[in-house]
Amino acid sequence: MIGLTDRQARPKRSALRRVLGWPSRTRSRELIAGAMGVILVSSVLAACATSNAAGTVTLTFYDAPDTSGATQQVVNTCSAQSDGKYTISYQQLPTGSDGQREQLVRRLAAHDSSIDIMALDVTWEPEFAEAGWIQPWTGAYKQQAEAGTLVPALDTAIWQGKLVAVPDNSNTELLWYRSDLVKTPPATWTQMINDSIQLAKEGKPHLIEIQGAQYEGVTVWFNTMLASAGGSVLSPNAQQVVLGQPAITALSMMKELATSVAADPSLDVQMENDNRLAMEAGKAAFELNYPFVYPSMKTDDPALFKDFKWAPYPEVIPGKPARVTIGGTDLAVSAYSQHSSLAFQAALCLRDKASQLVSATVGGLPPTLTSLYSDPAMFADYPFHADILQALENASVRPKTPTYQIVSIDISHLVSPPVSINPVSTEKSMVGEIGNALQEKGLIP
Amino acid sequence: MSTSTQTAAVAEAAGAKGKGRGKLSEGARAERRLGWLLCAPAVVIMIAVTAYPIGYAVYLSLQKYNLAFPNAVKFVGLSNYGAVLSSPYWWQAFKVTIIIMVVSVAIEFVLGMLLALLMYRTLLGRGTVRTSALIPYGIVTIAAAYSWQFAWTPSTGYLSALFNNSAPLSSTVSSLGVIILAEVWKTTPFVALLLLAGLSLVPEDLQKAAKVDGATAWQRFTRITLPLMKPAILVALLFRTLDAFRIFDNIYILTDGGNGTGSVSVLGYDNLFNALNLGIGSAISILIFICVAIIAVLFIKGFGTAAPGSNLLK
Repeated sequence: MIGLTDRQARPKRSALRRVLGWPSRTRSRELIAGAMGVILVSSVLAACATSNAAGTVTLTFYDAPDTSGATQQVVNTCSAQSDGKYTISYQQLPTGSDGQREQLVRRLAAHDSSIDIMALDVTWEPEFAEAGWIQPWTGAYKQQAEAGTLVPALDTAIWQGKLVAVPDNSNTELLWYRSDLVKTPPATWTQMINDSIQLAKEGKPHLIEIQGAQYEGVTVWFNTMLASAGGSVLSPNAQQVVLGQPAITALSMMKELATSVAADPSLDVQMENDNRLAMEAGKAAFELNYPFVYPSMKTDDPALFKDFKWAPYPEVIPGKPARVTIGGTDLAVSAYSQHSSLAFQAALCLRDKASQLVSATVGGLPPTLTSLYSDPAMFADYPFHADILQALENASVRPKTPTYQIVSIDISHLVSPPVSINPVSTEKSMVGEIGNALQEKGLIP
Repeated sequence: MSTSTQTAAVAEAAGAKGKGRGKLSEGARAERRLGWLLCAPAVVIMIAVTAYPIGYAVYLSLQKYNLAFPNAVKFVGLSNYGAVLSSPYWWQAFKVTIIIMVVSVAIEFVLGMLLALLMYRTLLGRGTVRTSALIPYGIVTIAAAYSWQFAWTPSTGYLSALFNNSAPLSSTVSSLGVIILAEVWKTTPFVALLLLAGLSLVPEDLQKAAKVDGATAWQRFTRITLPLMKPAILVALLFRTLDAFRIFDNIYILTDGGNGTGSVSVLGYDNLFNALNLGIGSAISILIFICVAIIAVLFIKGFGTAAPGSNLLK
């Protein structure tokens, strides 16, 4: 089109467009493209612009979803009590523990500065601290965190001599049994299995409900049995695998249950909730589970609830009190938070006496402050508070190592399904695999 | 028959151009250069978007790198590959992946062919039949997998009730069956679509001529339809085999790799995101990449002259 004037080179408008006063088709396209470009750019700019409200800082608190409303209540109370210094925003993580860890770990590995306070499962502290993702607690904050806290709960928050988190709530298992089937609860595992066999002979409900699926719960069962037999997975400096004879004792007892009539047919896939449902259905005589089963039985089966009693966890070695594995959550402050000191203060508020009382009565989570166990406000919902306190004071912790996730997966794959346990060879495999895990060698299944 | 005529004509044309197979005329070379230039922008973007991550994955696989120990990164050469290839978990996952791949692709091929024939021959409600056959493929894999999981869970699922309230998702063989069923249900329409495209290329007059000669339906199918559909079959089987080797979604939702049902992709995911072991995880990813490349090469070599475009002048 060289040689034509600009007017001649431009395409003409059709008659219709001339009459309506619209630009030509090409020009229309140009205008529309330009308008869309403007809209796109302005929307991107609007999305990028952050609204800066001067004064009150918003701290993000990442925790598991809580349907009881206790967490939101605690968050609101602490925000109000800060006198305008900060507002806590409750961000929900996925329901399962593994999903929560995945979410947090990805963000922390990418140095995400939008996380301030996190609720950590009691097994994650060594991993997070070793990677430098959480800040140690020092000085006045440390003193406030330690004051009046249960010792095993505090132990879960200490890594290499430093306090890296503050215990919030705890959890432990008790023996729940039906008093219409057994008059006195069994004191040892052997006695419990014998009681079950006797009940089976009489044709009565006789199952012992325990978590046997291939997940963290079965690792907890193994750890409880091992600690109750006087052993441990790792040496005190977490550098070597110990196990040994106590492990063989623990594994033998687990196998004995799995091969007896006391074992639930679905043991291989049962988690805490499945145990609760089986007990409420009237199929079982004994259950080893967390206190959440108590309010559940009260609402679901009032008839059975009359005979629903509790007792301390059975002993593995007669005469030696059981050491049940402690559960629960600790609160930690992210190393990449932009408001560290405010985050420490907020975390301390989120787990203070009033907050833990709400979590216990509304949320059903046992507290970590010793004084609350003698507080009358607790007794209505926690008639078993004395047994829980006793269990918590004598509790065992899971192996403390940054590679705990791998260690746990190795253990769960070796002890579940429980019928496949062969005490001597399983112990040997465990020593080999956990040893590999500690040196970060090898794969996880 | 038509293929050989085509080849003969091409050979004649080649002869007319003077030299043997290797030499091109000026015009052909210019056309080829234009072809490359037109492809260039897409190729550049593809390299930037795919080659960089693959290169980075190779780089990571040569290091001992655990996200939980950010200060202990070091170069270890091929020892990650050694660890993966000597681990029984890798070979178990590999075995499971091959089983799922072979069984599901075989079933999908047969069912897909039947579905394609149905869609091709249907006279009434052609549009409805074709659309409704595609619905499983249109549903998001994760949503469908959750539906299957609930259906097979005892006490909540209707399918589990049909089979005596057993828990098929809690034992290896039955959960593999459920996974293969979910895969087949989801992607048979895709295979059927590709085969339908191939079916429509088979000339109708050949079928009529064979009918006149007295060939049975089965003979017409195996002697005429299938050989002429070879390029479409290659594409369908190749795509499905590669996808089946990299299966992840269905296994993740249905069993999360438990009870020995994990595929190599699930193994890679677990080692990358659960164990945070970037070195081992990347080594697994690169090994999957190599396996996929081997499968593709085997298919192309195996199908030989039936590969689409292989009969064009180079």
